[in-house]
Amino acid sequence: MNRRESLKVLGLTAVSTGIVLEACKPGKETETVAKIDEKAKPGRQQFETERDRQLNSYKFFSEHEMATIAVLADIIIPKDDKSGSATDAKVPDFIEFIVKDMPYHQIPMRGGLKWLDMQSLSRFGKSFKEVSSDQQIAIVEDIAYPGKVKPGMQPGVNFFSLMRNLTASGFYTTEIGIKDVGYMGNQPNIWEGVPADVLKHYGMEDV
Amino acid sequence: MSEFEIKKSATEYDAVIVGSGAGGGMAGYVLANAGLKVLMLEAGEYFDPRTDSQQLKWPWESPRRGAGTTRHFGDFDAAYGGWELDGEPYTQKDNSEFSWFRSRMLGGKTNHWGRISLRMGPDDFKPKDGLTDEWPITYQELKPFYDKIDRMIGIYGTVEGIESEPDGIFMKPPKPRLNELFIKKGAKKAGVNVIAGRGSVLTEELKGNKDRAPCFYCGQCGRSCKVYGDFSASSCLVIPAINTGNLKVITNAMVREVITDKTGKAIGLSYVNTKDLQEYQVNGKIVILGASACESARLLLNSKSPAHPNGLANNSGVVGKYLHDSTGASLGGYLPQLVDRKRYNEDGVGSVHIYSPWWLDNKKLDFPRGYHIEYGGGMGMPGYGFGWGIENLNGKGGYGASLKNDYRHWYGTSVGMAGRGTAIARESNYCEIDPNVVDKFGIPVLRFNYKWAPEEVKQAKHMQETFQEIMHGMGAVITSGIPGPETNYGLEAPGKIIHEVGTVRMGDDPKKSALNRWCQAHDCKNLFVVDAGPFVQQGDKNATWTILALSMRTAEYILQQKEKLNLS
Repeated sequence: MNRRESLKVLGLTAVSTGIVLEACKPGKETETVAKIDEKAKPGRQQFETERDRQLNSYKFFSEHEMATIAVLADIIIPKDDKSGSATDAKVPDFIEFIVKDMPYHQIPMRGGLKWLDMQSLSRFGKSFKEVSSDQQIAIVEDIAYPGKVKPGMQPGVNFFSLMRNLTASGFYTTEIGIKDVGYMGNQPNIWEGVPADVLKHYGMEDV
Repeated sequence: MSEFEIKKSATEYDAVIVGSGAGGGMAGYVLANAGLKVLMLEAGEYFDPRTDSQQLKWPWESPRRGAGTTRHFGDFDAAYGGWELDGEPYTQKDNSEFSWFRSRMLGGKTNHWGRISLRMGPDDFKPKDGLTDEWPITYQELKPFYDKIDRMIGIYGTVEGIESEPDGIFMKPPKPRLNELFIKKGAKKAGVNVIAGRGSVLTEELKGNKDRAPCFYCGQCGRSCKVYGDFSASSCLVIPAINTGNLKVITNAMVREVITDKTGKAIGLSYVNTKDLQEYQVNGKIVILGASACESARLLLNSKSPAHPNGLANNSGVVGKYLHDSTGASLGGYLPQLVDRKRYNEDGVGSVHIYSPWWLDNKKLDFPRGYHIEYGGGMGMPGYGFGWGIENLNGKGGYGASLKNDYRHWYGTSVGMAGRGTAIARESNYCEIDPNVVDKFGIPVLRFNYKWAPEEVKQAKHMQETFQEIMHGMGAVITSGIPGPETNYGLEAPGKIIHEVGTVRMGDDPKKSALNRWCQAHDCKNLFVVDAGPFVQQGDKNATWTILALSMRTAEYILQQKEKLNLS
């Protein structure tokens, strides 16, 4: 089989990788999934398809919790001149799914959100999502650094670390995030070793 | 008529094979191509990488972003199964903690394996230290089959002339990635030799083969390859064998027992259809087991009859014993020199680009045998877990614009290494039938008894010391933690490396082995085992290439013995 034939097997031609990207955008994906869900998907086991459908059939987080997650996610990964924010990449939806997929995240997330609201209430008289952004940052400053934890703040630090981890995983696994971090693979190509300028930069020409 | 009926087939095949992985697949391929009528039973579903592979999917195409919730190695990985299967338990004796991985699908575990394809060396077959039993065959006897497999399936590597790491017939290897050049430099400082990897991935066209295309470097061999650019038993053996018209495959067929007649000769198999739970019987002039080391042992031990009261092929009592898996331990970190590195596509192949074959003399060490080291790292495709534990990299955690920059800074700086070593085959490490427990099909299950000994723990300790030296030598920062004696130096539980072998071992003495030198049962001449069960003692080499060579050799022996075995 030659290269042209193998690209055909992949459903690609040399120029069509852009089309594949287009077809895989989150928005379009949901439509396709809904249709294909009716029968088995190639390479998926029946129990996996059924499990995904079941997880998508109910909500775990309340509206208040989801709104708080969205505020936190954008504090962790805001929009900058290179790419959009965590909510632009629909990170809260990912977190909603993943706690159903991995139930061991449920108590740390739900309890952590509640801890955060109680902290906010006692300091500023309102829930976290209702206080001003300066007040939100004041709380976040106290829970964002696992290396220096003030007395009594450890539960908040643990929660924020989990929230940061989930936000990063949710963000960098989207088209926005992958573009941001600069991953350039996942497409047919030829690997001929480290580019010459890079070899030179690191003095690795003779290794 | 009773509602409970066993459907008996009238057809008698020349050979009936259990399992469609490396061993069963190769036997089926050779026999079907020679014109024999062959039936293969596979416990799992049909799987063709061409249509079923998750290759080139993006992380956002998985709602869990590729996490391993239902598949241990991730949502896109090509293993239907894992260490735990619903309704198919196994049990442990005493404080044993053996983990048993099963892929229930056409091609078995070869759909997702690392494609690291190493030959065992002369001393692996005939050890000079006297510590373990010799194989009944030498490297020289198996070499022609390794050669044939290299040519038939394709493998990359470099000719090195290392006696314990025999060279094959190689295609060009993929060049090292940047992180791997740092590793090479660091390893050299630590006195560790690094050579090109050896993997069954087509880096060149495979002459005379129209079904398979060369690798296009997506680095996703673990998902299995749609263009058949790497070796899977499904794509390279079973599907081509089906196309000869001589091999019939029945999937979702969980074999219950090997049926024998009054004289003790094998006459066929009984199985249950895992979907509708109907019971079936099929007939063959010979029976070949390639169900995996532990599953074949289970099947033999469950095939008791008046002629074989101790289980089939088990007059010696060795079936299930001498179970051994490779040792494994690992260490990870990052290269500070690579912060803010230039971006380009370095996916490469999905097997190893470089590795270190065992390089030391045991006379100076406090443990026997040795291990090889596999390396990785670089600008991989983000998946679930990406960015996890940033505080270990930036030293603080944080949030906002500066955190976002930190994810960019450290991307692609990771580096990791894992040792895979020889575990000693011991009679005291075994699987047996649990007298109390059956699976959802009513088949008695395996009970494991496996404990690491000081030899393996000392080896893991040595791995960790070597890894630290290499990391130090290349100026890397260790972030995975340095495992100490409290965790046996990070030594993985047996079964975790998925190289389990030795449960139906071969040998010249019928009192001490289940199979003769042709992997033919001493006690039942028309029964053969072609998976990793026959291994007497594994070297520090991954098992697949040796399974393929042994299976091909056994299949050719069957063809030579056609008349004696009464085959058409």
